[in-house]
Amino acid sequence: MTARIGVVTFPGTLDDRDAQRAIRVAGAEPVALWHKDKDLKQVDAVVLPGGFSYGDYLRAGAISRFSPVMETVIEQAKAGLPVLGICNGFQVLTEAHLLPGAMLGNDHLHFICRDQKLRVENAETAWTGDYRAGQEIHIPLKNMDGRYVADEYTLDKLEAEGRVVFRYLDFNPNGSLRDIAGITNEAGNVVGLMPHPEHAVEPLIGTGRTDGLPFFTSILKKLVNA
Amino acid sequence: MSRTPLDTVEHAAATPDVELPWAELGLKKDEYERVVEILGRRPTGAELAMYSVMWSEHCSYKSSKVHLRQFGEKAPQSDALLVGIGENAGVVDVGQGYAVTFKVESHNHPSYVEPYQGAATGVGGIVRDIIAMGARPVAVVDPLRFGAADHPDTKRVLPGVVAGIGGYGNCLGLPNIGGEVVFDACYQGNPLVNAGAIGVMRHEDIHLAKASGAGNKVILYGARTGGDGIGGASILASETFDDAKPSKRPAVQVGDPFQEKLLIECTLEAFREKLVVGIQDLGAAGLSCATSELASNGSGGMRVTLDDVPLRDSTLSPEEILMSESQERMCAVVEPDKVDRFLEICEKWDVIATVIGEVTDGDRLEIFWHGEKIVDVDPRTVAHEGPTYERPYARPDWQDALQADDAAKLPRPETGEELKDQVLKLVGSPNQASKQWITSQYDHLVQGNTVLAQPEDSGMIRVDEETGLGVAIATDGNGRYAKLDPYTGAQLALAEAYRNVAATGAKPLAVSDCLNFGSPEDPAVMWQFAEAVRGLADACQQLGTPVTGGNVSLYNQTGEVAIHPTPVVAVLGVIDDVARRTPVAFQEEGQLIYLLGDTREEFGGSAWSQVIHDHLGGLPPRVDLERERLLAEILISASRDGMIDSAHDLSDGGLVQAVVESALLGGKGARLVVPDGLDAFTFLFSESAGRAIVAVPRSEEVRFTDMCGARGLPATRIGVVDGDAVEVQGEFTLPLAELRKAHEETIPALLA
Repeated sequence: MTARIGVVTFPGTLDDRDAQRAIRVAGAEPVALWHKDKDLKQVDAVVLPGGFSYGDYLRAGAISRFSPVMETVIEQAKAGLPVLGICNGFQVLTEAHLLPGAMLGNDHLHFICRDQKLRVENAETAWTGDYRAGQEIHIPLKNMDGRYVADEYTLDKLEAEGRVVFRYLDFNPNGSLRDIAGITNEAGNVVGLMPHPEHAVEPLIGTGRTDGLPFFTSILKKLVNA
Repeated sequence: MSRTPLDTVEHAAATPDVELPWAELGLKKDEYERVVEILGRRPTGAELAMYSVMWSEHCSYKSSKVHLRQFGEKAPQSDALLVGIGENAGVVDVGQGYAVTFKVESHNHPSYVEPYQGAATGVGGIVRDIIAMGARPVAVVDPLRFGAADHPDTKRVLPGVVAGIGGYGNCLGLPNIGGEVVFDACYQGNPLVNAGAIGVMRHEDIHLAKASGAGNKVILYGARTGGDGIGGASILASETFDDAKPSKRPAVQVGDPFQEKLLIECTLEAFREKLVVGIQDLGAAGLSCATSELASNGSGGMRVTLDDVPLRDSTLSPEEILMSESQERMCAVVEPDKVDRFLEICEKWDVIATVIGEVTDGDRLEIFWHGEKIVDVDPRTVAHEGPTYERPYARPDWQDALQADDAAKLPRPETGEELKDQVLKLVGSPNQASKQWITSQYDHLVQGNTVLAQPEDSGMIRVDEETGLGVAIATDGNGRYAKLDPYTGAQLALAEAYRNVAATGAKPLAVSDCLNFGSPEDPAVMWQFAEAVRGLADACQQLGTPVTGGNVSLYNQTGEVAIHPTPVVAVLGVIDDVARRTPVAFQEEGQLIYLLGDTREEFGGSAWSQVIHDHLGGLPPRVDLERERLLAEILISASRDGMIDSAHDLSDGGLVQAVVESALLGGKGARLVVPDGLDAFTFLFSESAGRAIVAVPRSEEVRFTDMCGARGLPATRIGVVDGDAVEVQGEFTLPLAELRKAHEETIPALLA
């Protein structure tokens, strides 16, 4: 058996087909979900992909967070449904308060697209089981509003609870506090990160690395073994 | 508020003596008289608006089309060409049932006035051309030219243009995979912002801009129509209304990439369900262009009710609605029984769509406002039968002196130390330096099919995940070469783009061009244009790569001073399996570096002459198109059969520039030996065309050199991939770290 993983398309979503491809490459079955539809089609996990949903108007992720599909995603994520938010998806997750903190514009004020070095800090989440804690990986990063911020209390708490999942290494591309690239919720089923693992699943494409594939194999194994 | 009577067709016929502001709208006296002759009466204000904008240089190509005909007349026989010049974009067969459409356009003037929006809407416009052919856009490229890198205004224009291209293209989800950035003082007041796009479709999905079938509905969908981008129409409007009217908005349009993204998805879904008979995007000249082109390309006429156009500003006059260049709008012709489904799809994507008219069985384009007819024209006279000019042209009197000022007489470096200094200066000069600060502001990864992107020789996109079929695109143009000799310069632009496509392993198939020149009213500029077109058409014929479409941008000058003639050429290629692509970067130590082609003492227009001596004179490198073709065949065969692991085209900056780039990208150095018969300076800096360097695994050396020998391509072993420096034996050694610093720090230091 395999797992069915939903990929939500909001108006302005860009990396939905890429996320579906990554799910397929990992051996799971991608299921397209539509922002106006509350029905999650009984998927086993959900990816909120990258892009500029609603043009990033108002604030990145601020409008999508109120879409019908998110009502169900929020409800089920609280009940344990694995959810991965990539880039714009991460922004939606913070706007939806499934993850703490917020995203501001990059400190250098430019869009940035680069092959980013990361350290895996937590290999225990639903989406990172196939990594080793401390492993260094390269995942492409591309964003305009990628500067993760939260108050000191929240940052201390995230670190104390091991909820910082990825940190930028060698170069902080957007001014994120404490070099945070990705975080998880208390239960470890919801993960959000700015870099794009779905762009690093095939050796020929993009940066030519496959360091992003374990995201999708991790969740598949977890679901199939559950 | 008082209103003068509506200028209806009836009113125009009854008031033949009313003076219209045709001169303010840019029409010449004889052009206006021609309109009156065509109509048999004076035009209405709305008709005048349509004719004036459709007969403008930008829309009608009136100065250039007598020359552009050569692209058709000299077009080589090509089985690959599915749709040629004249449609929104050309379409090329790339095999396996796939077709690719691509085109390059200019958005030069708006980008100087308002860099961000000018560049952004340039991307938006070219992408809509691609969608209008029925294709899903898969990549964009941006050939750019700016004034001197250290000029204060460049720091205003360049960051705005780059942010605009990124802001729009990134938000559309289109990978930006190529292009160029060139600095030259001649572009100070006239930056060139060219934008290219590629789209992919199945053969059966090709759509054309025509309105056929009486009774079919004309649907306008996308953004509401506003007052942005209205040029001269405001003059008409201000005569129709009194002073209580709001002031006019600026003539540069404002883009909304989010709206365009919805427009892409909604259009492609309508295509998938076969709901569309004909389609046209709204770009320059807005509804005037879309309605007259759709109607004149179809079999019937068209009736449009202008009151039904959704407006952003309810005070717009009918003339303004016809001329508005509001972005993110398209016009589709749909059979009556499919209209409901079409509108449903638009609603799904939150796109406003309105039936504004229908195809009629007559041959007139009729437009109504408040129930009265304000336009009644033969659409062909608007769209296709504008004036044609045989502008006078003459070889400028300074051309001989320029060519006589030979770069060969410039002082050359004499010692290894001098060579080394000049290499560092060259690779760190703004034109030769790394453009990563710019390209990292573009998303080149989205859609997950990017095989190669800048700074590779060509951008490459996978088309089919199963078979690995891919397409490649390169754009090139060297204004310095073209200034020295426009005929040869245009051919060199084609040769370089062709070579760049082949260097990545793809077979060149077809050409699009963006011809950027000064004022056609200057005979010297017109001569440059005529020579460049003739050169490009001749070269396309010889290389077997037809021109499928493109764009002409004239009047790129400040006062009397024109830009360098700048024909930018895009070559599209196909590769059967992207797994065989060849990158620029050196891959493995120990591999042998071969120089392919002949190196002569050619420095006219070279980067060396510019960087070291600030000189432009002499003749550009010679062109040998048969050699280019042979070189391309060797590069493609070697890639397909796994004989080379990296390849890099040699162009501006010569061999040393190419070696340094391959070394820095691969993080591996090179030890070079100056071959017999060449001096170190010529070896390193000459810009002879028809050359490339390749890195050959030792196990493949015999097979590779045998192939070159058998085919008659000179292949000279010049060194080996090795170490962490670029060393030219007996001359100098430059550590990669030092080269990297020189190469990568220039642009951020100037612009960040």
